[in-house]
Amino acid sequence: MTNVSSVADPAAGPVSTGPAVRVGGNPFRFFTRLRLGDIIAIAPFIIFALLFLLIPTLGLVVGAFQDPQGNFTLQNVMDLATPQIAASFWISIRVSVTSAVLGAAIGLAIALAIIRGKLPSGIRSTVMTFSGVASQFAGIPLSFAFLATLGRLGLVTVLLKFAGFDLYKSGFNLLSFWGLTITYLYFQIPLMILIIAPAIDGLKKEWGEAAATLGATNGQFWRYIGLPVLWPNLLGTLSLLFANAFGAIATAYALTGSSLNIVPILLYAQIRGDVLHNPGLGAALALGMIVITALANIVYLVIRTRAERWLK
Amino acid sequence: MKPAKLWSWIIFAFGAAYFIVPLLATFEFSLRIRREGYTFDAYTSVFSDGRFQASFSYSLLIGVCAIIVGLLIVVPAAYYVRLRAPHLRPIIEFITLLPLVIPAIILVFGYIRMYNTSSALPLLGTNLGTDILLTLAYVALALPYMYRAVDTGLRTIDVQTLTEAANILGANQATIIAKVIFPNIIVAVLSGAFLTLAIVIGEFTIASLLNRQVFGVYMQNVGANRAFEPAALAVISFVITWGAMGMIQLLARFAPKTARRD
Repeated sequence: MTNVSSVADPAAGPVSTGPAVRVGGNPFRFFTRLRLGDIIAIAPFIIFALLFLLIPTLGLVVGAFQDPQGNFTLQNVMDLATPQIAASFWISIRVSVTSAVLGAAIGLAIALAIIRGKLPSGIRSTVMTFSGVASQFAGIPLSFAFLATLGRLGLVTVLLKFAGFDLYKSGFNLLSFWGLTITYLYFQIPLMILIIAPAIDGLKKEWGEAAATLGATNGQFWRYIGLPVLWPNLLGTLSLLFANAFGAIATAYALTGSSLNIVPILLYAQIRGDVLHNPGLGAALALGMIVITALANIVYLVIRTRAERWLK
Repeated sequence: MKPAKLWSWIIFAFGAAYFIVPLLATFEFSLRIRREGYTFDAYTSVFSDGRFQASFSYSLLIGVCAIIVGLLIVVPAAYYVRLRAPHLRPIIEFITLLPLVIPAIILVFGYIRMYNTSSALPLLGTNLGTDILLTLAYVALALPYMYRAVDTGLRTIDVQTLTEAANILGANQATIIAKVIFPNIIVAVLSGAFLTLAIVIGEFTIASLLNRQVFGVYMQNVGANRAFEPAALAVISFVITWGAMGMIQLLARFAPKTARRD
């Protein structure tokens, strides 16, 4: 019931006396009822969205299909298949997928531990507050922190050497795929905890009790009730984490310079100095990034709307 | 101790180690600048650097401008959607989520192509224009968080009754938003503002490509040229982020608890 009352337009009053064809569902009916004040209220938002979100992005999409003279071409998009660019997409996707999957798995484990693990109550609020901070602690300072930890002179590297284990001789390098992934986890795990905690709260106590009454073990509860209910949320968050890592550049740039050629760094170099020697190719690179993050986010949005049904 | 509880402790300890060790290591590293022992000289060196002061105050200024512009854009729109056009909500919410979908580097690439010196609106032609563009880019980055915060604030108050009451007393729409709605959601607005500040203060990508000397670009420069100062800067940034997020937590306690009539 609360749904219905909040959806109904409180200011609508009686249905407008337009032609009979225009029944309730017409999405354009509000244009007929606009007042000056309403236009002034919403106009800045719309103008801003058009000028600083939609048109610049669409401009890139169009630019991806134009040659330097402005004629239509598919050459830019086809050129994305050159080995250098394909390799950078591949490493970007690998880092994003790995850090998203690990971040989601570890984040879920920590969230379950602090919410349902019967730990002292103060721990939960501390972890949630810290997650809020850590999820924003990304970019340049994060890369400094990891250089001071796992870099060649970092504390952990030095301590391990004292203990007789040479991290760098064993093949580890912070400026590599795994180094970057471990660094990204520092903001991926907290983000997962922040997003998944409300979903875990949504698992009602009664479900566990009902399952136990029917003779289910703890494992069966998770196998048949817990995970299926959380599943859409997990998948959705996974795609959000993926997009989050895929678009990130500052951390990787400060950490690896250009030694690890992920797509955003390639694009950064392209914007700076046209390293690919083709402005249209830069736009095509951007188009590739937009398509991949958009796909991931569409998965998130679709799954999220389905998930919300369970967690009322 | 039950095995489940033991596992919880193990997972928690593992997670805590992963998150705390880098902070300790960074702090330890920042003290190592002198051979003879731990000193705070790296911090002294950072704080006395003129470029630190200049870039930090510039970032702060742009951040405050972004908050003000963001509020001017978001508050009326969120209020309008909630009061008069709930059917527009999905479209508006979709737009506010776009900055999470479009990576910052794409956004700034789009700006550079759209607002260059040979375009219809050559913002990048002048210093002031570039500052404005940077501010608006940060408004875009913060849009998802700002809209969420304001919308959450509006949800906790009875927008309709307040508006009707103000209307009866003869207030116009601008007065209602500025003098009735805004003071009632100030706590939510401030938490949006602090989150915006936390995002803006360390931002690198956009500012760097617009050639603005913000705090993030300064940090990157120091990182490329110095050994111990970067660690000190990382500690300083972490404290700033912590401060901004801590303010949000603190503000949440003062949030008005007036339920709306349903």
